[in-house]
Amino acid sequence: MLKDITLGQYFPGDTVVHRLDPRTKIVLLIVYIVALFQAVSWWSYALVAFVTVLAMILGHITPKNIFKGLKPMLFIIALTALLNVFYTKGTPVVEGWIITWEGIGRSAQMILRIVLLIAGTFLLTYTTSPIALTDGLEKLLNPLKKLKVPVHEMTLMMSMALRFIPTLIEETDKIMSAQKARGADFETGSLMQRAKALLPILVPLFVSAFRRADELAVAMESRCYHGGEGRTRMKQMKLQGIDYAAFALGALFLAAVIVLRHFGL
Amino acid sequence: MPELRVEALTHVYSAGTPFQKTAIENITLSIPQGQMVGLLGHTGSGKSTFIQHLNALLQPTSGKVTYDGRDINADKYTRRDIKGQVGLVFQYPEYQLFEETVYKDIAFGPKNQRLSEAEVDERVREAADFVGVKEKYFTRSPLEISGGQKRRVAIAGVIAMRPGVLILDEPTAGLDPAGCRQILDNIRNYRDKTGSTVILVSHNMDDAARMAERLIVFDHGHVAMDGTPEEVFSRPEELIAIGLNVPHAAAIAMALRKRGVQLEGSIYTHEQLKAAVCRAKEAGVC
Repeated sequence: MLKDITLGQYFPGDTVVHRLDPRTKIVLLIVYIVALFQAVSWWSYALVAFVTVLAMILGHITPKNIFKGLKPMLFIIALTALLNVFYTKGTPVVEGWIITWEGIGRSAQMILRIVLLIAGTFLLTYTTSPIALTDGLEKLLNPLKKLKVPVHEMTLMMSMALRFIPTLIEETDKIMSAQKARGADFETGSLMQRAKALLPILVPLFVSAFRRADELAVAMESRCYHGGEGRTRMKQMKLQGIDYAAFALGALFLAAVIVLRHFGL
Repeated sequence: MPELRVEALTHVYSAGTPFQKTAIENITLSIPQGQMVGLLGHTGSGKSTFIQHLNALLQPTSGKVTYDGRDINADKYTRRDIKGQVGLVFQYPEYQLFEETVYKDIAFGPKNQRLSEAEVDERVREAADFVGVKEKYFTRSPLEISGGQKRRVAIAGVIAMRPGVLILDEPTAGLDPAGCRQILDNIRNYRDKTGSTVILVSHNMDDAARMAERLIVFDHGHVAMDGTPEEVFSRPEELIAIGLNVPHAAAIAMALRKRGVQLEGSIYTHEQLKAAVCRAKEAGVC
């Protein structure tokens, strides 16, 4: 049951979107989010949605993949929509009702905004391997090293965390089965009892996480790891023609949304 | 006599998704009380999935598992009770130890069975005795004792529930030879004293040959062979085709026969090999 969690799962592929430099994609995602929050009218939303769909087609990401990731967010989306329906003033749908036409329009836009936001983020994680993502992030944050921000260490921690999430999920599954086999009961009882019932899972999980961390540290040390200083890479990241083209398109897109906003559209 | 019956058991993982995978298919067998069964099969043959059905950790996609005539998946109460009747020791069980002391950890199972304090105490002492964990260890933390000791404490934690069927998944994996022998002796001792059924999942053919009265071989989610060690080990080619091995003694006997040495009878333990070679020598055939 724990295996059903998708955490920005990566779908390997060889499309234009996959081939883009991770740095490009991160920057474009930021541009995309800024543009999304600049959108005010249906026209600008349509433009953002069009760009999203275009990127999905280029990256061979099906709507089904996106909706699978949306599932856990459904509650938040529904709540936002409901609040907007009820708390926007305007002309009531039926005389005396609290629901207004403006409210309906606004909540539809809010839904669209959240869905597009998530879709855009998923486009990044679906088409970029976690390693490439953290590498790109490290490169982008490099200037912060001047301010003594431990960028390399932070991104290393991030990629390790990403690497070990599936391992720990599997481990939790195993420990849960083992404790169930000893008659542990996780499903019934009061809240307090259930919290207590987690102890037989958490203790072995922590013990094994520490053991793994220890082993990983030894393995890294025995391969002469000594921090980011002077470390070279096997895969050098280099911006190519498609990256510059993507930047240009991104800039154009942002400009278009801002222009639309300027004209109140 | 209670009996563990499996009828047309099938289990499909992630049914209805692209990751759908049939782990075991249409397995029917029955294991009478007190039998010592060896479950063989390479990694991914479905044996782990199979054993998790025997105490209702996994529910069958189709088919039925009954113990003592009762469907173990009848309702959530039988599903809970069965955990105490069919004890399952997972691979590397020492990673599930969590209590402050060895005593408390062994007591976890019986406590979940809602037994009285006195009863729990009796079970813990009995189980610890079976696996040779001495009383002086009771107050130690299970995290600071040696690997072999941890393994035995973890097995005791399941034995303490007094299961009528004890299933052990690779109980000797990662132990030194002395530790392996000890654990296997403990298990045999437990079976002899309590009359429990024991199902031993193993990769190690020599362990299986030495311990089991009956061998069940899994291959690609099906039962490929089911019989006494003599029957199973008399078909070495099939075992090798499945990706398993034959016991060392059987391999040596096979090699000797190939070279024209006439050895009598079925040979799969060291004792049998020794006896057969001695007989052959006396008869002057080599």
